[in-house]
Amino acid sequence: MPSIETANLTKKYGKLAALSDLDLKIEGTKCVGFLGPNGSGKTTTLKLLTDLIKPTKGEAMINGVSIRADKKKALESVGALIETPEIYPSLTPREALTMIAEIRGVPRSERGRQVDEAISEVRMEEWVDKRVGKFSKGMKQRICVASALLGDPSVILLDEPTSGLDPRGMSEVRDIIKALKGKDRLIFMSSHLLSEVSDVCDEVAMVDRGRLIVYDSIPNVTAKFSGGNNVVEVGLHRPADGDCTAHSIGALPDVVRVEKIDAFNLSVAFNGGLDVQERLLGELVRMGIGVVSYRAASSELEEVYLKLIKDTK
Amino acid sequence: MAHSGSGYYSANSIPSSISQTGITMKYALLDYVRSRRFFIMLGITIMISLLLTAIVGYYQPATFVTSELAFYSSWWGSSVTFVIILSGIFFGGDAISGEFQNKTGYFSVPNPIKRSSIYIGKWLAAYIASMVILAVFTLVTVGNGMYYFGTVPYEFDVSFLFAAFYLAAVLGFTFFFSSLFKSSTISILVTAILFLFAFSLIQQLVSSLAQVEPWFILTYGAQIIGNVLTVPYPAHVITSNYGPITFTAYNVPILEGMAIIGAYFVATAILGLAIFERKEFN
Repeated sequence: MPSIETANLTKKYGKLAALSDLDLKIEGTKCVGFLGPNGSGKTTTLKLLTDLIKPTKGEAMINGVSIRADKKKALESVGALIETPEIYPSLTPREALTMIAEIRGVPRSERGRQVDEAISEVRMEEWVDKRVGKFSKGMKQRICVASALLGDPSVILLDEPTSGLDPRGMSEVRDIIKALKGKDRLIFMSSHLLSEVSDVCDEVAMVDRGRLIVYDSIPNVTAKFSGGNNVVEVGLHRPADGDCTAHSIGALPDVVRVEKIDAFNLSVAFNGGLDVQERLLGELVRMGIGVVSYRAASSELEEVYLKLIKDTK
Repeated sequence: MAHSGSGYYSANSIPSSISQTGITMKYALLDYVRSRRFFIMLGITIMISLLLTAIVGYYQPATFVTSELAFYSSWWGSSVTFVIILSGIFFGGDAISGEFQNKTGYFSVPNPIKRSSIYIGKWLAAYIASMVILAVFTLVTVGNGMYYFGTVPYEFDVSFLFAAFYLAAVLGFTFFFSSLFKSSTISILVTAILFLFAFSLIQQLVSSLAQVEPWFILTYGAQIIGNVLTVPYPAHVITSNYGPITFTAYNVPILEGMAIIGAYFVATAILGLAIFERKEFN
C-alpha cells in the first residue's frame, strides 16, 4: 500500500519554525488535500518530502523509505510538482519529459508512449516540439503536471497544481487528478482552493503555523467541526426590513442562523443539502422580500477551515 | 506497481547514478548548445581568431613569424587562457545558481536522482560545450600555423592538453562559486572579477613587490600552457633591478603548474559538490 509518513518532522529557519513536529501517516490509494493559510508549512512539508530542503529534526518517509537515508529509493515511485518549476528553456516538452522518463528508468520501449500520453493528458500536443523558453507560465505548469505522471508513480505530490492555470486548465488538471484516483495512486496535494479540495479529495489534512490541526476524511471533519451547516447569500433589490425579515427567515424550517451582511444582502445558514437549498429559495421568494440573487456562500469545508484556522490564532 | 519489503516500489528500474549523470549531461548539453550564450561565445572566439588571422597575415609581426614555436607561443599562449576563462564564465558562472534562481532545480531534484548526478552531469555538459569552443580556436590556430610553417610542433600538443586540464579547473572553480550563490548575476560577476582582474592583480603584487611565489593562484599555474611553447623552458625566478627597486617574476615549473591546476580542480569540485548537496531550495 503506498504511504507517506512524517515523524516529528520539523523545519526551522533560525528561530522561526516553518514546521513543528509534524506527525502524519497517510496510507492507501486516495487523494488527500493539504490545507492551510500562507506560511502554514504546506510547501515546506512537500519540499521536505522531495529533498528540496532538509529537515532540522524528524523523519520524512515515502513507501517506508526515509528520504534523508536513501532519497533515490524513497522517490523511485513518486511523481512530484512543487511550486512552479522551470524547464531548461532550450528543450522542447518532449525532450524535457523524456529526460524525466529516463531518470525514472522508464524502459526505452515505453518512453515515447508514456511521454505522448502525458502530453495528451495536459492537452499540449500542439506544443510538444516547440522550445519551452517561449511558453507562458500556465503552459509550463501543464508540462510539469505531465512530468509528475511519468513512470507510473504510486505516490503523487502536488503543490497547488492548478496555480497559474486558466479556468479551463484548472478544470482539466482536476479531471486528471480525479482520473488518477481510480488508478491505484496516493495523491497528496496542497491547495488554497477549498472548493477544489472538496471536489477532488477524499481526506483533508490542515496545518497552521507549522502544526497539524486535523487529519481525517472530509465527511468526518465537517461532521465534527461544522455542525453540518451550509450557507447561502441572499441578495435583495430593496433594503431588508430590519430584524423583522431576519426573524421571519430564521423561523423557516432547517434555517439555523440569519446574518445581515449589509442592507441588501443576508447570509442564511441551514441544515441539509441541495433539496433544502432549493426549497429555501422558493420560500424566500414567496415571502416577497425582493430576492434578486441566491448563491452558496461557502461549503462545509470552508466553514470548518475558517473555524479551525481562526481557533489557532 | 509491485510490493517490496518496505512497501511499494516502481515497476521501472531506476538507472545507476552514473547513467543518470550521463542523462543529465546529455540534456544539459542540448540546452547549452542551443542557447544564445553558446552562439555568443562561438562568435567571440571566431572574432578573436579572425582578428589574429588578419593582423598576422597583414603585418607579419616578427614575434609571430620567426619560428613555429614563436608563432604558437604568441598566438595560442597569449589568447587561449582568455578563451578558457570566458568559456568558464559563460557555461559555468550560473550553472548551479541558475538551478535555484531560475527554479530549474524544482524540475529535476524532486526525482529519484542524487544531487551529485545533477552537479557532475551539468559540469560535464559545460566542459564539452567549452571544449567545442576551444576546438574551434585550436583549429584556426593550427590552420594558420600550417599555412606559415607546415607543421604542428610536439610542444603545441602538450600545451593543448594543459589547456584542456586548465579548463577543467576553471569550470570546477566557476561551478564552486555558482553553488555558493543563489543569484546567477552575482555568481557570474564574482567569477568574472576574480579571473579577469583579481587573480592577475594579486599575482603581480605578490611576486613583483613581496617577492613571494604566487603558487596559490590558479592563473599562475596556467602559465605552463604558454611557457611549454618556449624552448628552453623559462627560468623559475627572474629578477630585474630598476634603481633601488628589485622586481621579481616567477615562471611556474611544469610539475608545479600541473599540481596547482590539479589541486584547484579537486578542491573546488569537492567543495562545490558538498555545497550543492546541502543547499536548500527556498
